[in-house]
Amino acid sequence: MLLDMADGYVEQNRSLDKRKNLLRGRTVVNLFFENSTRTRTSFELAGKRLGADVINMQVSASSVQKGETLIDTAMTLNAMHLDVLVVRHPDSGAVKLLSEKVNCAVINGGDGSHEHPTQALLDALTIRRRKGRLSGLTVAICGDVLHSRVARSNIHLLNVMGARVRLVGPRTLLPSQVERMGVEVFHDMRAGLEDVDVVMMLRIQNERMRGNFIPSIREYFHFFGLDYDKLALAKPDAVIMHPGPMNRGVEIDSDVADDVERSLIREQVEMGVAVRMACLHALAGPLPNADGGA
Amino acid sequence: MPVRSASGLVAYVNARLIDPASGLDAKGALLTNGEIIADCGPGLFQGGVPSDIDVVDCGGLCLAPGLVDMRVQVREPGEEHKETLKSAGEAAVAGGVTSMVCLPNTEPVIDDVATVEFVARRARKIGLAKIYPYAAATKNLDGKELSEMGMLAEAGALAFTDGTKAIRDALVMRRALSYAATFGAMIVQHAEDPSLAEDGAMNEGEIATRMGLAGIPAAAEVIMLERDIRLVELTGGRYHAAHVSTAEGVDVIRRAKANGLDVTCDTAPPYFALNELAVGDYRTFAKLSPPLRSEADRQAIVAALKDGTIDAVASDHAPQDQDSKRLPFALAEAGGVGLETLLAVTLELFHNNHLSLIDALGLVSHGPAEILGLPAGSLKVGQAADLVLFDPDRPWMVDPDRFRSKSKNSPFDGRPVQGMVRRTVIDGRTVFDRDG
Repeated sequence: MLLDMADGYVEQNRSLDKRKNLLRGRTVVNLFFENSTRTRTSFELAGKRLGADVINMQVSASSVQKGETLIDTAMTLNAMHLDVLVVRHPDSGAVKLLSEKVNCAVINGGDGSHEHPTQALLDALTIRRRKGRLSGLTVAICGDVLHSRVARSNIHLLNVMGARVRLVGPRTLLPSQVERMGVEVFHDMRAGLEDVDVVMMLRIQNERMRGNFIPSIREYFHFFGLDYDKLALAKPDAVIMHPGPMNRGVEIDSDVADDVERSLIREQVEMGVAVRMACLHALAGPLPNADGGA
Repeated sequence: MPVRSASGLVAYVNARLIDPASGLDAKGALLTNGEIIADCGPGLFQGGVPSDIDVVDCGGLCLAPGLVDMRVQVREPGEEHKETLKSAGEAAVAGGVTSMVCLPNTEPVIDDVATVEFVARRARKIGLAKIYPYAAATKNLDGKELSEMGMLAEAGALAFTDGTKAIRDALVMRRALSYAATFGAMIVQHAEDPSLAEDGAMNEGEIATRMGLAGIPAAAEVIMLERDIRLVELTGGRYHAAHVSTAEGVDVIRRAKANGLDVTCDTAPPYFALNELAVGDYRTFAKLSPPLRSEADRQAIVAALKDGTIDAVASDHAPQDQDSKRLPFALAEAGGVGLETLLAVTLELFHNNHLSLIDALGLVSHGPAEILGLPAGSLKVGQAADLVLFDPDRPWMVDPDRFRSKSKNSPFDGRPVQGMVRRTVIDGRTVFDRDG
């Protein structure tokens, strides 16, 4: 399965010779309608380390033209015979719409507030490598769940893998009837963090907010920011995660974020490359090439 | 195809006459003389039809008053690439609709006498379904200054509405209700609080949460209805709520009616035939305004149709071209075409044993005609011979590619339905004949 395959790539990425020719002759395009540093870079690295030709396309998703650009861009790219298309888009469902228009494999690199599946996979890999398992763990996902695709994908994956998922946040940042997704909901962060194995912080997504969801950063940090005080309620070996980019002092205290013992935030980035290599491998690897594959 | 004899008399024999206005549901015949219904009843022509009268054999099918569709967006003037008065007229008669009322949200907006007259003139020239305009309640639909309601009413505007926009400001609504009542005119409201609805793309709840789409709560409708009802109490105005979609929304209307207020409402077929699950995999054809609601809401709408709280069913015809729908869900335009599915989907209420055939038909003919004060929706002698002949049981599959409408955005795409229009007659003239 993907996580095991990714585990293998972690070692490859740590060695000196990071390159394989598994995807030689394949074309991977990163089509990003939204800014991204780590997702785009890690897909790019993943593709290159597997020997594929990787092209990055940053399309500005401005104003009313974005939908037309989406379909038009899809048709244009399709004519260029790609093998894998990685897409990020600010609107939920946009990747699905685009996938109906192209013949190649499409990887969802994050669509609106809907899903970010490779982030959930890399989070799962990170947890599994530290804890040795996913099943039976309690994971608290804290903060701006309303706008978070990371939260939704993690809820799905962690539930499937047998973990228990808690959501923690103010009511304005939790979507309606989210408890029906198989999670326990807490509005008091201290109660929500009690005895958890993993604390997954979410970024406050100011760019997706229309209007006022929280009265002030100060108040938000006071009640929902992760500091040592609140973390003390979690299990002593509880780990801290964040999909990045972090708003230090908003949802997470800098000292906690940089705690080498507890914070897995940097490891998450490392796992990102491995997981995306596994995804590319799974989708494009089985196709034959001049080297006869890996 | 046009059936009109030298004498100007046409006999429709061997019909199941259904007249929701009088309660008649019997085998019989109907006679038209030129543009009007000259006679109608079970005993007519029992001894045979005189030879100078042309005969249409109805083959035992249902002959009923033509449908009156009280909520249609025509898009002309301004967006003729989506729909025109002509294509809407063709779609209407294919759907058995003989009178339709169009919304003022055109470009330019129907907010002055000249535009009202333009629509009337165009409709007359096309000669298909009769088209009556609603005029804007506020100038340019801006929700600020009242339109010239008196003059617009004189020019033929049936009622006043800001179309797909709610009249948001309570003071403006108060004055609109009050001023319109001066001329005996009605205000038609898209009852949805804009501040609660404007960021949303679908019904708020579990499905929206899973899909990562911003939701529109049922409360957006309920709050606006509650407020408006208070203003009706205050002003004594005449109020009609368009496309009510929620359980609590119909409760508000039910209470207002019980309190004797001059309030009516309609709904549209999607709200009793579909629920939010139709949005499925970001299906933008199911993006409507108001949004498709929960199953409990859908059932409440059916119940309100049964108990008479909802007075009419309108198609809420909203043509959108491919470019407006082939978009990420949140960016796609709302609305679905409905003229050609209005009858068949409304007949589901009959086929599913919720309503009798005559009551289901009443919702799309006599009901809206009563609300609007139109001389239509009945088989009364002396009335315009606007008729629909249809087979209530004939099954077919909704295939938007075969629609006469220019736009194909039907939320009922691929749905198996029952009930097919065979012939549509307007002012005694056959304007649609499926077998002709």
